[in-house]
Amino acid sequence: MEEPLIQVKNLKKYFDTPSGYLHAVDGVSFQIEKGKTLGVVGESGCGKSTLGRLILNLIPATEGEVLYKDTQVTGCSPKQMKALRHEMQLIFQDPYASLNPRMTVSQAIAHPMKVNGLVKGKAAIDEAVAQLMDTVGLAPRYAYSYPHELDGGRRQRIGIARALALNPSFIVCDEPVSALDVSIQAQILNLLMDLQDERGLTYMFITHNLSVVKHISDDIAVMYLGQCVEKTSSRELFKNPLHPYTKALLDSIPVPVLRKGARKKRAIAGELVSPINPPAGCRFAPRCPFASEKCTCQDVPLKEVEPNHFVKCVLF
Amino acid sequence: MDKPMVEENKNILEVQDLVVEYHTDNEVVHAVNGISFSLEKGKTLGLVGETGAGKTTLALSIMKLLPKVTGKIAGGSILFNGKDLTNTPENEMRMIRGSLITMIFQDPMTSLNPVLTVGDQIAEVVEQHMKLDKKGVEDRVDEILKLVGIPAERKHEYPHQFSGGMKQRIVIAIALACDPQLLLADEPTTALDVTIQSQILDMMEELKEKLNTTIIFITHDLGVVAEFCDYVAVMYAGEIVEMGTAEDIYESDKRHPYTVGLFQSVPNLEEESDRLKPVDGLMPDPVQLPAGCKFHPRCPHCMDICRTQVPEDKVFGTHRIKCHLDF
Repeated sequence: MEEPLIQVKNLKKYFDTPSGYLHAVDGVSFQIEKGKTLGVVGESGCGKSTLGRLILNLIPATEGEVLYKDTQVTGCSPKQMKALRHEMQLIFQDPYASLNPRMTVSQAIAHPMKVNGLVKGKAAIDEAVAQLMDTVGLAPRYAYSYPHELDGGRRQRIGIARALALNPSFIVCDEPVSALDVSIQAQILNLLMDLQDERGLTYMFITHNLSVVKHISDDIAVMYLGQCVEKTSSRELFKNPLHPYTKALLDSIPVPVLRKGARKKRAIAGELVSPINPPAGCRFAPRCPFASEKCTCQDVPLKEVEPNHFVKCVLF
Repeated sequence: MDKPMVEENKNILEVQDLVVEYHTDNEVVHAVNGISFSLEKGKTLGLVGETGAGKTTLALSIMKLLPKVTGKIAGGSILFNGKDLTNTPENEMRMIRGSLITMIFQDPMTSLNPVLTVGDQIAEVVEQHMKLDKKGVEDRVDEILKLVGIPAERKHEYPHQFSGGMKQRIVIAIALACDPQLLLADEPTTALDVTIQSQILDMMEELKEKLNTTIIFITHDLGVVAEFCDYVAVMYAGEIVEMGTAEDIYESDKRHPYTVGLFQSVPNLEEESDRLKPVDGLMPDPVQLPAGCKFHPRCPHCMDICRTQVPEDKVFGTHRIKCHLDF
């Protein structure tokens, strides 16, 4: 077994709001082995993006710790963090909003290298940029284009090139394909997987799209209201989902296959309850079709019910 | 295309050889290039395609909401209940828009006015198009909110007080407020979470049966189309490359190579695969469209004839495919 590259232990992030503490991430633990991909799935507001930012120490954690190899990431000084940034990078969700509209493609890609003084001299930087553009499949003629001249797929390629500019070994991909068309989505997914093969990258892949996460991940963690409710290998999760929320999520995916007759009603009712001062017990209980008194009285632990299959539910 | 009169009366919408262009200072963008289709009353048509295929432009042309200075309908006709919308004056269009033809926009977060209560926003449409007194308007607002599953008491709240799914329900409420005959839904669930998307689709399905509204459902998600639509049109570079009943598109062995590529781009939940086989390349630049078949630069089956000659529609019953291949 490979040693874990990233270890997350009981990570918590509470935001202080006027109406109380918002439990954005509430006691999440996992580890990612080198060269593997952990998929994090959940709906908006479940804390998956906050989790990604906590791991990169872009926001301070309330409790718990994150280890990169043996280095403590949480509570790092800005100086230490700058060094760690070479190793840990982020690909943002929205290629329309995450690029500076006044920077050309080559300036945007060169920026991280300049800031970190990784490559020096104009010629060297130009060459590095050209190489990166080639790696991510951007034609050289776009070097002097501005983001608004490019489509979403190409913009996301710039985002990936920027993340790769410092030659990191770990990348948090925060919904990198959600804003893209299906055929472009597939191209970007293939690119990310090729890069992983070539460079031995480790990914944490945050998404709400279950078919994407199944395709790219080795392990999957399902999140609901700041907590991890189920965690297992990708294959096991789709073959044998245990948590009622995971089942509901899987049932909600529209499948491109015709089903004769009427669409069966299968949407789970309700929406996320407020993450501000959540009550004790299972947070999915208000929407869960199997909820009983047992679910609401005490906190439910994440239990290993089968080897490498963890579920947070009283049913198991 | 000559069709018998009987069929014409059944069709609420007939689009013939529609050409839409955007003119800018130095170039002409060919957004829609000769689209023809007709839609029966009460049916749902799914318009599938990627960004830049011209889906939204088509919807905006039907609404006559193309950007005033640049957008132009350069040819063809849009018959709505037999009336050609392309030469309908703006003041008449204002009466049609919002009452007979309505549109749901993609992003519920930005399509509502943040400084008006949702009740006022629904009332605005009702006041404009229905001859009702103040009490009647209020009642209609309550009724329509209930229809989309929002308690009527919440009409005094502002958009920011609602979640994304709830906001989309309000946008749908506004679109349905005047019992439209034709509803254009432009990616109505794309911005939503899957469980919420599922709820909205359930609701739209129910409303479709209840109100018998004709719907054009624009989306890029082949899964959503499969669940929701009677007919499917696949758009590419401003053309309909394939159109037919849902069965034709999803289950026939005859398919346009682009449609095949679209299906292969979606990771399959049932099968294991190492690599996706997306369509290579990108949608062509609508300023300089390729000669011949517009898909030929990306097509895995490209032949010589495809480079020079625009393919005709091959018709198999309800199914038509714009391709030179023999099926």
